[in-house]
Amino acid sequence: MQIKGTVYKFGNDVDTDQIIPARHLNTTDPAELAAHCMEDADPEFAAAVQPGAVMVAGKNFGCGSSREHAPIAIKAAGVSCVIASTFARIFYRNAVNIGLPILECPEAAAALEAGDQVTIDLAEGIIRNLTRPGEYQSAPFPSFMQEIIKQGGLIKYVQERMKERA
Amino acid sequence: MSMTITEKIMAKHAGKERVVPGELINCSLDLVLANDITAPVAIKEFSRLGQDHVFDPERVALVPDHFTPNKDIKSAEQSNYVRQFARSFKITNYFEVGRMGIEHCLLPEQGLVLPGDMVIGADSHTCTYGGLGAFSTGVGSTDMAAGMALGECWFKVPESMKFVYHGKLRPWVGGKDLILYTIGDIGVDGALYRSMEFTGEAIENLSVEGRLTMCNMAVEAGAKNGIVPPDEKTKAYVEKRAKRTYQFYTSDPDASYVEVREYDVSEIEPQVAFPHLPENSRPVGEAQGIELDQVVIGSCTNGRIEDLRIAAHIIKGRKVAPRLRVIVIPGTQEIYLQAMREGILETFVEAGAAVSTPTCGPCLGGHMGILAKGEKALATTNRNFVGRMGHPESEVYLSSPAVAAASAVTGMITSPEEVLDDAN
Repeated sequence: MQIKGTVYKFGNDVDTDQIIPARHLNTTDPAELAAHCMEDADPEFAAAVQPGAVMVAGKNFGCGSSREHAPIAIKAAGVSCVIASTFARIFYRNAVNIGLPILECPEAAAALEAGDQVTIDLAEGIIRNLTRPGEYQSAPFPSFMQEIIKQGGLIKYVQERMKERA
Repeated sequence: MSMTITEKIMAKHAGKERVVPGELINCSLDLVLANDITAPVAIKEFSRLGQDHVFDPERVALVPDHFTPNKDIKSAEQSNYVRQFARSFKITNYFEVGRMGIEHCLLPEQGLVLPGDMVIGADSHTCTYGGLGAFSTGVGSTDMAAGMALGECWFKVPESMKFVYHGKLRPWVGGKDLILYTIGDIGVDGALYRSMEFTGEAIENLSVEGRLTMCNMAVEAGAKNGIVPPDEKTKAYVEKRAKRTYQFYTSDPDASYVEVREYDVSEIEPQVAFPHLPENSRPVGEAQGIELDQVVIGSCTNGRIEDLRIAAHIIKGRKVAPRLRVIVIPGTQEIYLQAMREGILETFVEAGAAVSTPTCGPCLGGHMGILAKGEKALATTNRNFVGRMGHPESEVYLSSPAVAAASAVTGMITSPEEVLDDAN
């Protein structure tokens, strides 16, 4: 799958309270969550973000709460992929489980700047900067996780497991 | 082959002789947990499976504790969604307002999590139960839904970090100070994906409550789990609560660790974590004099009876500073009742503090003590992120109940010794 979009850049340790503040967790509606995405880090983000946008951040992206509302908000806001040097572990699982593409790539996270146009080959994990020269290879997912991604998220995977048991 | 306590619990629940870090395994679950924020998403995902039952209705715990007693119509609808699901699926461990508690105070107290257990919860602080020698970790709602359906969860076996705390604690230094100090040392991603094993003389001497506090904040260093080897203290805590069998696991002496860090706790002072990350911890002296608007004593980190006893001991016979709002939140109904019987609640109310029914409330900026723009709070909670307790331009400092109680009296961040010295 090929992605093309504009980079929105964030810093290190972006926590889930910045991604979706708890005051908005009295809903599970993705569109409503998306309207408040990144509100406390960049109040303009939710209104400005264009479909296909690529979020780029430093280390430990998504640290804090286990709220799945965080990747749901990002996905529903139209973000096509999140690139970070590292992800907090619960966010990482959640993103894979709900089918939000994420890539761990410290080189790309350091080099990409806000406004850069990038293309991403998700299958290969290759990130290309179209604005300035730069091509980056992200770390591959473990094959087990690739299977979950291929099946379209964890629920599909669980359905297969249930069939095996029946 | 030698293994750590975490590896042993994982191997047991994966049906394997041994596991090694990096290995992907499927583990059977002893308990699956969610709250009023995460359960609605989990139930939505679960219903996509078309299942008419959960794997075991006695092994699912639903604890509406975040926005309860419900703060608005939307959160009431969410709680009701969880309540109806609990009724339809005959979930025995559903806890209603008036019988509930903050999930990570409640489940150990009720004997629903036990040593040697494998537990997942759709709440990041599920790692608390490592304080009893269980493997427990936070997951998202979809993982929780899968856990409710299958009774199992996949894991990558984590590398283990060993933390050894030598020596005797100074007065007014406890589990909260040790974990804040440790996070200050290694950073908020210092244990990313890893297991944190807490050991040493100071941990052996620490109460079960203090151990639960330490493991509670393992996630604030990015860890998959925190764990303390179970011992006689653990046994004394669980034997009167357990309704099923449990097993003690301990690490083999030659188990392998990716890193070992040793501390002399006699050098550790009461800690305060400055905004806006738990890793910004410093000795209380460096925070001395910071003026506060609110103090919160409670949460899944420090809402247990020992925490309230310590705070009440310092506040007793004194008054809350005029500039302050002090909010005390016992972690469970049982703790609330115990505190009432011991006269602790009276102490707080006489001093001019508000005492609330159990709720996560202010810790996550939900309700029951939201901060206005520019306000500063000192809280015994676990996170001081931007906007965590309210306005994005408010600030949260983190500390132990002792420092919070001393600060409640003076209106500024204060060492407990300073307040108690005044009395002499």
